[in-house]
Amino acid sequence: MTGDMQMNAMTDQGGYVTEDGRKIGGVMMEMKNITLRFGGVVAIKDISFDIREGEIRAIIGPNGAGKSSMLNVISGFYNPQEGEVWFHGKRRAPMKPYQVAQQGIARTFQNIALFEGMTVLDNVMTGRLTQMKAGMAAQALWWGKAEREEVENREFVEKIIDFLEIQNIRKTPVARLPYGLKKRVELARALAAEPKLLLLDEPMAGMNVEEKEDMSRFILDVNDEFGTTIALIEHDMGVVMDLSDRVVVMDYGKKIGDGPPDEVRNNQDVIDAYLGVAHD
Amino acid sequence: MPEQLLFAMEVTLNGLMAGVLYALVALGFVLIFKASGIFNYAQGVMALFAALTLVGIMEGQIPFSHLINATLGTDIHHFGWHVPGILAIVLTMVVMVGLAWAVNQFVMRHLVNQEPIILFMATIGLAYFLEGLGDIMWGSDIKTLDVGLPQGINTWIDETTFEAFGYGFFIDNLDIVATVIAALLVIALVIFSQYTKQGRAMRAVADDHQAALSVGISLNFIWVMVWSVAGFVALVAGIMWGSKSGVQFSLSLIALKALPVLMLGGFTSIPGAIVGGLIIGVGEKLFEFAIGPMVGGATENWFAYVLALIFLVFRPQGLFGERIIERV
Repeated sequence: MTGDMQMNAMTDQGGYVTEDGRKIGGVMMEMKNITLRFGGVVAIKDISFDIREGEIRAIIGPNGAGKSSMLNVISGFYNPQEGEVWFHGKRRAPMKPYQVAQQGIARTFQNIALFEGMTVLDNVMTGRLTQMKAGMAAQALWWGKAEREEVENREFVEKIIDFLEIQNIRKTPVARLPYGLKKRVELARALAAEPKLLLLDEPMAGMNVEEKEDMSRFILDVNDEFGTTIALIEHDMGVVMDLSDRVVVMDYGKKIGDGPPDEVRNNQDVIDAYLGVAHD
Repeated sequence: MPEQLLFAMEVTLNGLMAGVLYALVALGFVLIFKASGIFNYAQGVMALFAALTLVGIMEGQIPFSHLINATLGTDIHHFGWHVPGILAIVLTMVVMVGLAWAVNQFVMRHLVNQEPIILFMATIGLAYFLEGLGDIMWGSDIKTLDVGLPQGINTWIDETTFEAFGYGFFIDNLDIVATVIAALLVIALVIFSQYTKQGRAMRAVADDHQAALSVGISLNFIWVMVWSVAGFVALVAGIMWGSKSGVQFSLSLIALKALPVLMLGGFTSIPGAIVGGLIIGVGEKLFEFAIGPMVGGATENWFAYVLALIFLVFRPQGLFGERIIERV
């Protein structure tokens, strides 16, 4: 009882309203003093930041800054040597990636990880695996609960497919698709899991201007229509500044800036990192 | 009807039955290959191990009795009881699931993201380990396996065909049973892999480990499951071959016959394994019947491999295998 009240109090505190009138809630995920090492190499050094309910949060930084490592910590692919990960007001024990996924955190990958041998529809359906509850025998026999579940899942998946405008390639094997569409299918699969938190690792890398505009629109629509909290890594500064509510800037594994886009843009450390001032 | 034609028909039927048994072994390969990208060289030895364990349990043999006697100076061999066939099959399946768990825990888990060739080498090691383990556990003598399957000539077919054509077909009851069981097994496997959550997860894991993890699939769970299913298929194959020709170590060599079957059918297709098995079974019997006498016989030893070679040249993915699509 008291625990619940505390949690509510925590999620209620410190929300804000964005310029375009979206309500941002309390803290959903908090990274506390995360340090990640590979042998002697320090990939992330004592970084803390939070992600709020309903927000689009960007992580930016030059190559090798540790952005992807950070995303991998959130999604459980890496476990940090030091620091704590808090999700929905609870400290998260070290977890396997599949357990993180079952908690409602979906992700895409920088270099696309799709099931190449399957069709677009099958790929997106795998995103529903965490939502399927019926027993194996019931599913095999297409029985009662299993049938209802399969129909419901199909309907939801079709909704996502319509939403991302990939109806015409539903039955195409993923291996045949061009790069930009693969990125979109990967987003569809992540959305199919109805994630509370969506992690996007360079969703626009390697795209042309038109494709980037499409993807930006989808990201904003996802956030708007499904209310999904999004954390994304991106190189294109222009895109990041347009999309995100708050930005974390990393350089050499350290956090050098954190705040709204305008504030970060004028931060001297950030400018130095991007223009390449010598490190002592 | 001319006698030659009747002979040919009988040979074809027998070839179909033999093909079913080849297909059973090939199925085990396809399952693991589809789910983990590993070509499991140990599949044949797993069938042998399953058959040995089944006989051992049925006869109440004490496992490792030679080892125990040699070290402790005792003279024990049997518990002195007999376990009925069905119960023994269930117990053997428990052993095969345990084996699946051990394979994953001690070998495969440590080789995640390695090259396929390394995983293949690991299964070669596994094959020799299992062969040795089977030997130490249950002894190396030839055993007869009788789980109560009907054997011998099917008199009904014999009499019916005799009345119809004046020539009775010789069809072994065991082969008929094997065909029915194989059909049921295949239907069950196809339904499992296409229509269940676990089956979908299995196909996902085979395709991409990272992506599978990101949609909430536990790799370890799927791998133990896949090796258990392969163990089950091995057990069925072991029972059929063991009942037919006794449980002996040459049983593990039937795995070699599965290779041409897979090349014909395609490494990734369950129906392919079946059709491939049937083609090889019928092909080698008919070839022996028609061409054998002209070249001095024994064509069954090489026919399958030559056929597979021809396929490799003209259709490397096999009849039903997935087309290999490479984007550059």
